Amino acid sequence: MSVVISAKNLGKNYIIRHQSRESYTALRDVLANQTKALAHRLRLLFSNNEPIDDATHETFWALNDVSFDIEAGDRIGIIGRNGAGKSTLLKVLSRITEPSTGRVHIKGRVASLLEVGTGFHPELTGRENIFLNGAILGMSRTEIKSKFDEIVSFAEVEKFLDTPVKRYSSGMYVRLAFAVAAHLEPEILIIDEVLAVGDAAFQKKCLGKMEDISSQQGRTILFVSHNMAVVSSLCNKSILLENGKMADMGDTSDIILRYYTSGNQSPANVNYEDSDKLVGNDYALLRKASIQDKRGTIISDINRDEDFVISMEYRILEYKQYRTYYPYPCVYIYGANGEVVFYTTPHNSQLGQYDIGIYEARCFIPSRLLNIGTYFVGLGFADCDNGVNVHFFEKTGLSFHIKEKHSEDLLFENNGYGNSIPGLIRPSLKWAITQAE
Amino acid sequence: MARNEIVLEAGRKERHYWADLWHFRELFFFLAWRDILVRYKQTIIGIAWALIRPVLTMIVFTIIFGKLAKMPTEGQAPYALLVFAAMLPWQFFANSLSECSASLVSNANLVSKIYFPRLIIPSSAIVVSFVDFIISWFILFGMMAWYDFWPDWRIVTLPLFILLAASTAMGTGLLMAALNVRYRDFRYIIPFIVQFGLYISPVGFSSAVIPEQWRLLYSMNPMVGVIDGFRWALLGSDVSIYWPGFYISVCLSIVMLVFGIYYFRKTEKTFADVI
Repeated sequence: MSVVISAKNLGKNYIIRHQSRESYTALRDVLANQTKALAHRLRLLFSNNEPIDDATHETFWALNDVSFDIEAGDRIGIIGRNGAGKSTLLKVLSRITEPSTGRVHIKGRVASLLEVGTGFHPELTGRENIFLNGAILGMSRTEIKSKFDEIVSFAEVEKFLDTPVKRYSSGMYVRLAFAVAAHLEPEILIIDEVLAVGDAAFQKKCLGKMEDISSQQGRTILFVSHNMAVVSSLCNKSILLENGKMADMGDTSDIILRYYTSGNQSPANVNYEDSDKLVGNDYALLRKASIQDKRGTIISDINRDEDFVISMEYRILEYKQYRTYYPYPCVYIYGANGEVVFYTTPHNSQLGQYDIGIYEARCFIPSRLLNIGTYFVGLGFADCDNGVNVHFFEKTGLSFHIKEKHSEDLLFENNGYGNSIPGLIRPSLKWAITQAE
Repeated sequence: MARNEIVLEAGRKERHYWADLWHFRELFFFLAWRDILVRYKQTIIGIAWALIRPVLTMIVFTIIFGKLAKMPTEGQAPYALLVFAAMLPWQFFANSLSECSASLVSNANLVSKIYFPRLIIPSSAIVVSFVDFIISWFILFGMMAWYDFWPDWRIVTLPLFILLAASTAMGTGLLMAALNVRYRDFRYIIPFIVQFGLYISPVGFSSAVIPEQWRLLYSMNPMVGVIDGFRWALLGSDVSIYWPGFYISVCLSIVMLVFGIYYFRKTEKTFADVI
């Protein structure tokens, strides 16, 4: 495998101006400020004060000291919170803006899709826009002509080819725009969050197309998204950005874990009493939580064949009398995309009155229940004795990753099917096959 | 693979810039084609607008300068032809300059989202004005038929003067386009330059009316050279041209073009950040 993108100490800064409402500079302001700055410098010349920074300007590092290598055929997810520098990184890599420090080596033709339908003109027809947009993305006319039918059928806009795109529905517009970009044949494809629009069926189609592009044609893809389900299904590696710095790079599942739990020591072992923010109320406080294997070792990468335990410790701060239903701990398991996989709580008969003190609740998760992937654990403590009363609830308290080793046995289990199996859970169930006639 | 390797670094000179420009040559035509297609959409008389504006200006100038002020024409040419021979390059220059300097800002979405050599945008704006320019030729030929006044062999030199007009417009336009990205003041300055230029350039009158001692200074306006050249090439053998002034115009126009490209290239990389 050869390295196609190599970034070293990449940085990009912007000067932000405070107290300025206009997004662009006017010559008048520049002249006025220059005069002020000159006067300021003159004054400094005659006094011995240290020069002070101009209060209206501040250097903001949108990207700071980012280094990485990307190999041919990699599908790289770039994740991070808003303002972490994801889009700036893509802009630098796609040559729209120049880095302030550092350097990047790129081998191969780059096409970037930072916005759906850039350069589409509302007055032009679908047909005209395909050619225009293709040219803007760097395709030649013969290339567009040869792919024209494919683009049109992918976008499903055959009937509206000669209608100005200003009369298109927004879905049609997006479909057409993505279709043009998807038929580019660059060695490196850079995509920024463009699938947030469009219906679910079309999103799936786009993802399928991107997987094709990378797996069958060996192209490199850089993909920014806030949708972790999409990132984890599309990308084999990911880069996590935090405040313009590169926090981590590695396997997508690990990076997603880090993204959700950034700041914590380990996503599988969290001490809540150390953090600034207490989780709980004046009755109960969450102390710590962890994910352990059978032997009690903290673990975040779990084999599908292994049982594991979710443990939470909480402190009861006062004595309260309950009549019928006692306070109970509960555990939510969420998938990578935030959907609830299941909810579990102990039976009321296992519970009782709490004295003041520290308690540990352990929830045993059987092996071979969850599918491979990333999961998050919500930890709660509540009672329903007199109306619902939630004492604490930590939505993404912990996270873990289920993996499995590829083996002969596994192939037999799946009847030779080697690809990933759909579903959030994958229980081994009892089957019976008999000859009916 | 190595042939495609690019290096991005602060302040680095782009080695492949002109090669890239060639690679994106089709985009250049597509952008011009888009602007031409879009230009007269949702208008009733459409392309006729390209004819009406220069004709009306020509009529007004002929009446004011020719009939009321009784200014002399050059050689045997009817005054209306004298005006229109200047109107052609002037309209081309004025349209190119305003389209060119507004082009980057009006294509801000392209500039901030896609990479391609930015020089393509303002140059394709000039192509669009060139189309209007060609349409105006029909008016000139119509007028020549009306007056039964035909140019001689000098018309073959005309492409040179067209090139001179284009390079003047391009040089000024590139500079203005780049400045306009950062300082939107130029949005207000351009219409002023265009309006002002119409009167300080010899559009409505012959440059021969300028006193001899001021001719050299007057030629500091490159459009003087262009317009004199057009008249020389179109209005017959008894029209003379003031050669020293013409050379100055040519030199200034070339200097302007070189400086325009230089400044544009220098600031190009920051366009996406400030637009």
